[in-house]
Amino acid sequence: MKENDVIIDIQHVSKVYTGKKVLDDINLKIKKGEFVTLLGPSGCGKTTMLRILAGFLAPDEGVVLLDGKDISGTPAHRRPLNTVFQKYALFPHLDVYDNVAFGLKLKKVPEQEIAARVKKVLKLVSMSDYEDRDVDSLSGGQQQRIAIARAIVNQPEVLLLDEPLAALDLKMRKDMQIELKEMHQKLGITFIYVTHDQEEALTLSDTIVVMNEGRIQQIGTPTDIYNEPVNAFVADFIGESNILKGRMMRDYRVAFIKHEFDCVDAGFGEDVPVDVVVRPEDIYFTTDPAKCQFKATVNSCTFKGVHYEMWVDTDTGYELMIQDYDPYEVGTEVMLYIDPDDIQVMKKERRTNTYPARVVDEGKVEFLGTKFACDTAGFAEGDEVTASIRFEKVELLDNVEEAELVGNVVFILYMGNHYHLTVKLENGENIWVDTNDIWDKGDLVGIRIAAEDIVLQK
Amino acid sequence: MKAKKAVAQAYLWLILLILYAPIIFIAVFSFTTAKSLGNWTGFTFELYRNLFTGASSDSAALMSALKTTLLIALTASVFSTALGTLAAIGIHNMRGRSKAAIQFVNNIPMLNPDIITGVSLFLLFVFLHFSQGYVTVILAHITFCTPYVVLSVLPKLSQMNPNIYEAALDLGATPSQALWKVLIPELRAGMLSGFILAFTMSLDDFAVTFFTRGAVGLETLSTYIYADSRKGGLTPELKPMMTIIFLAVLVVLLLVNLNNFRKEKKTNR
Amino acid sequence: MKLQFKRSSWAGPYGIFLLLFVILPLVLVGAYALYDGDGHFTLANMAAFFTDPKFSDSFLLSLEIAIENTLICILLGYPAAYILANKELNRSAVTALLFILPMWINALMRTMATAEIFAVLGVRYGKGTLLFGMAYDYLPFMIYPIYNILSKMDRSYSEAAQDLGASPATVFRKVTLPLSLPGVMSGVMMVFMPTVSTFAISEILTNNKIQLFGSVINEQFNNLMWNQGAALSFMMLIIIGLTTVIFGGDEQVSEGGLV
Repeated sequence: MKENDVIIDIQHVSKVYTGKKVLDDINLKIKKGEFVTLLGPSGCGKTTMLRILAGFLAPDEGVVLLDGKDISGTPAHRRPLNTVFQKYALFPHLDVYDNVAFGLKLKKVPEQEIAARVKKVLKLVSMSDYEDRDVDSLSGGQQQRIAIARAIVNQPEVLLLDEPLAALDLKMRKDMQIELKEMHQKLGITFIYVTHDQEEALTLSDTIVVMNEGRIQQIGTPTDIYNEPVNAFVADFIGESNILKGRMMRDYRVAFIKHEFDCVDAGFGEDVPVDVVVRPEDIYFTTDPAKCQFKATVNSCTFKGVHYEMWVDTDTGYELMIQDYDPYEVGTEVMLYIDPDDIQVMKKERRTNTYPARVVDEGKVEFLGTKFACDTAGFAEGDEVTASIRFEKVELLDNVEEAELVGNVVFILYMGNHYHLTVKLENGENIWVDTNDIWDKGDLVGIRIAAEDIVLQK
Repeated sequence: MKAKKAVAQAYLWLILLILYAPIIFIAVFSFTTAKSLGNWTGFTFELYRNLFTGASSDSAALMSALKTTLLIALTASVFSTALGTLAAIGIHNMRGRSKAAIQFVNNIPMLNPDIITGVSLFLLFVFLHFSQGYVTVILAHITFCTPYVVLSVLPKLSQMNPNIYEAALDLGATPSQALWKVLIPELRAGMLSGFILAFTMSLDDFAVTFFTRGAVGLETLSTYIYADSRKGGLTPELKPMMTIIFLAVLVVLLLVNLNNFRKEKKTNR
Repeated sequence: MKLQFKRSSWAGPYGIFLLLFVILPLVLVGAYALYDGDGHFTLANMAAFFTDPKFSDSFLLSLEIAIENTLICILLGYPAAYILANKELNRSAVTALLFILPMWINALMRTMATAEIFAVLGVRYGKGTLLFGMAYDYLPFMIYPIYNILSKMDRSYSEAAQDLGASPATVFRKVTLPLSLPGVMSGVMMVFMPTVSTFAISEILTNNKIQLFGSVINEQFNNLMWNQGAALSFMMLIIIGLTTVIFGGDEQVSEGGLV
C-alpha cells in the first residue's frame, strides 16, 4: 500500500467507557476510494470507532489522520466527512429539499448552485420528484435515500454509514445493497460502513474489518475472511462453520473428529493443539469407499431454499453441519470426505484459563478477586503464582448464590461434541468453559472450581 | 343503565354548579353598582367603564396591578423557557449521579409550598443585601417556573431521534447553529407548553411575590386582592375584571381544545 | 483532550441557578432557624415550636384542616373523575374541561368570590366556611390527575376482570381503584401541600378568625422575627419532606403533570 493512497490512518486508538475498554489499540489504514466495512456483533466497538471518525467522540488514546493530517482535535462540523445515521436522523421540521440543502446553506453556497446540486443528488438516489415532501410522509427506504443524499451532496471525502440498512425489511435491504454498491462506484469516494450483518459485509465491501470486544480480529477481503478466518470467533461470525478441536500432527497433516486428514497448512510444529474450521459446504458426500475419509449418520435434514442443511453424527461421536444440493434421508449412513484445501487450521488462542494469583494461606489461593481452596503444597504464603484451570473443569451453576464467581455467557461456540463458552465475569475478566450443557447467550451463571482442578505454577 | 347515567350526570352538574356559583354570582353583580353585597340596583356597565377609564383611584390601582402581574409573568416565563430548555438539553445528555442530582433539585421548587419558597428566597435576598423589588420578584418567579419548563421539554427530547443534533454537526453546523436550526425547532411544542405552564404559575402566585417584593409598593393582582381583603372591602371594579378574566380563560381553553373535541366527535361516531 | 463542548454542560447555568436560588435559600432557612437576632447559636427558636401553644396549636390545626380538606376532595372528586372518564356515563369533553378550567384562574380571585357568597348568604365565618371554600379551590386539582389516569386506563383490564367473572363492584374494587391510585396520590400531593401551608386563602375565607400555621409564619416575618419565622418554616419543610416521601411526590410531579 502506497502511503499517499491512504486517506484515513487510525493509530493506536483506545476508548474507555465507564471502566470498560470499548476500543483497545485500534490500528487501521483505509485507502482512497475503498469500501471498508467494520463488522462485528453489537458492543464490539464498531459504532464507537465510527463516531470517533465523525468527531462525535474523542479517543482516550491514539490519533486519527486524514490525508496525513491529525484531525483528532477537529470538531465534527469542520471535518470533511459526512455520516448516514442508522435511523436516518432527518430533520422532521424541514422538507426533503431543505434537509438535503442543510449543509450547503450552512456553507453559504449560492442559492442557484444549491438548487442544482440538490437536484443532481436527488436524481442520483432516484428521489427527484420528492423535493417538497414532508420527510415524515416518506417510507423507510425513501428516508434512507434522502439521508444518503443529504450526506453526499456535501461532496465529502469519506462517507460514514452507521448500519444504514438495519431498519429496512429484507427485500428493501437487498435492493439498497445493490444501489449502495453502484453509488460507491459512481462517486468514487471512500465508504466506511458499519454493520453486524456478515452477509451485507461480504456483498458490499472491498475490505472487511472484523471486530470483537474492542479489538480488530482480522482485516481482509471478503474471500480472505470467509476462506481463511484467523480464529474461531471470525470463523463463527462469518457464515456457517464447523469449528472443531484438532491437533497438528506434523506439517500438512491434521487430526480432528478422531480422524487424520491431509491439509495445506504448515509451520505449526509437531503434535500441537489447534482449532480447525470446515465450512458446511466443503464436506462432500461420496459413494466411492476409496474416497471416503469417515462415515456418519444423518440426524436431520432441512431445506433452506437453495440447498439442504443436514446435521450428521460421525462414527466417532461428533456432530457436523453439511450443506448440499441433494438431500439424504434421516438415518442414512453416508460416506464423507473433505478436500485438503478446505480445511482451515488456526492457531489456538488459549489452551487453558490462566490467571495471576497469590497464595494467601495454607490451602488457599486468591485470583479474580476471590479466594479458592486449592493444593498449595510447595508454595509459601504470599507467593505470586499462576493459576490455571482446564476449560472442562470449570463448573457452571444455575444458582448464582452457591457460586464463587458470577458472570454472563457472552459467546458460545459449538465444537462438534461440546460447547465452548466465554463467560464475562463481573470484574470484566473472561473465563472460558467447555461444557455439554446448553446455555444461552446472556445467561447469568455461577462458577465453581474444585480445589483439585486448580493447578499452580511459579 | 339510563338511570345510572342520569344520576351520574346529575352529580357532575351539581358539583359544577357549586364550583361555578361564586363566579356566576360575581359576573352577575358586575353589571350593577350596588355598594352593599347582593343588592341589585339596576343593570349598568358603569363598573366596566370605571375599570378601563381608571375613573376611581381603586380601578387605576387595579389596572396597574394587572399590568404588573402580566409583565412579571411574561418576563419570568420568557427567561424560564430559555433557561429551562437549555437545562433540559443538558440534563438529557447527562448520565448517572449528576443527572439524578440535578433532576432531584429541579423537583424541589415544585414540591415546596409557596410560603417556603417565598420565605427562603426572602432570607436569601436579605443575606445577600439585595434590595427587593421587581428584580427579586422576577428572579423568584423564574425559580419556581423553570422546573415546569424542564419537565415539559425533557419528554420531547427523549422522543427525538438521538442523532439529530449530531447530524447537524456532521453537515457543518456549529453547536450553536445546531441548537437554533435543529434542536429548538424540534422542541417547539415542549417549549410552548412549558412557557404556558410557567406563565400560569406566575399569574397564580401570591406567597412568593408577597415575600420577595420588598417595600417598593409593587402590587400584583394576588397581593392587591389580599390587601383588599384585609381592608375588608372588595374593590367594586374587581367584579368586572374577574368576569373578563374568567371569560378569557374559557375562550382560550376552548380554542386550544377545539381540535381535541373534533377528534373526539369523530371517534364517538 | 477536549473535542468540543458537550451538550451535558448546557445544564451548567441552570445548575448554578439551582444552587443559588434553591439550595442556598433552604440552607439559609436552616441557618436562620438556629441563630438568634444577634447572630448567636440557639435552639430556642426551634424549642418554641413545641413549647409555645400559639405555634403548636396552629400547626396541629393546619394539619387537621389539610387532612380534612384532602379527604373531602377525594370523596367529592373521585366519583366525579370516575364519571368524567367513563365513556358510558359521560361523552362530553366540554364537561371535563369545565372541571379543569378553574385551575387556570387565580386562586385568590376564586377565594374572594367564594368569601363574597358567604357574606351575602350571611354565613358565619369559621371552620365551616374554611373547609367549604378550600374544597372549592382545590377540588379541580384532585379531579384532574385522577381523571387523567382513569381516561388513559386500558379498558381491557376491566374487561378481562369481567371475563374472569368479577361483578362490576368487584371490578372497581380489585382493578380500577388500585390502578388509579397513582392519580389519587398525585391529587393528594396537589391538594395537601398547598393547604397545609396556605395563609392568604384561610385568612380570606375566615375573615382572619382562624390563624393557620402559614399565617403564623407570615406574622413572624411581618414583625421582623426572621429567626423565629425561619424555625417555623423549617418545621413546615420537615412535614412537606415527610409527605413527599410517603406519597412519592418526586415521581408524582413528573408523571401527574399539569398540562
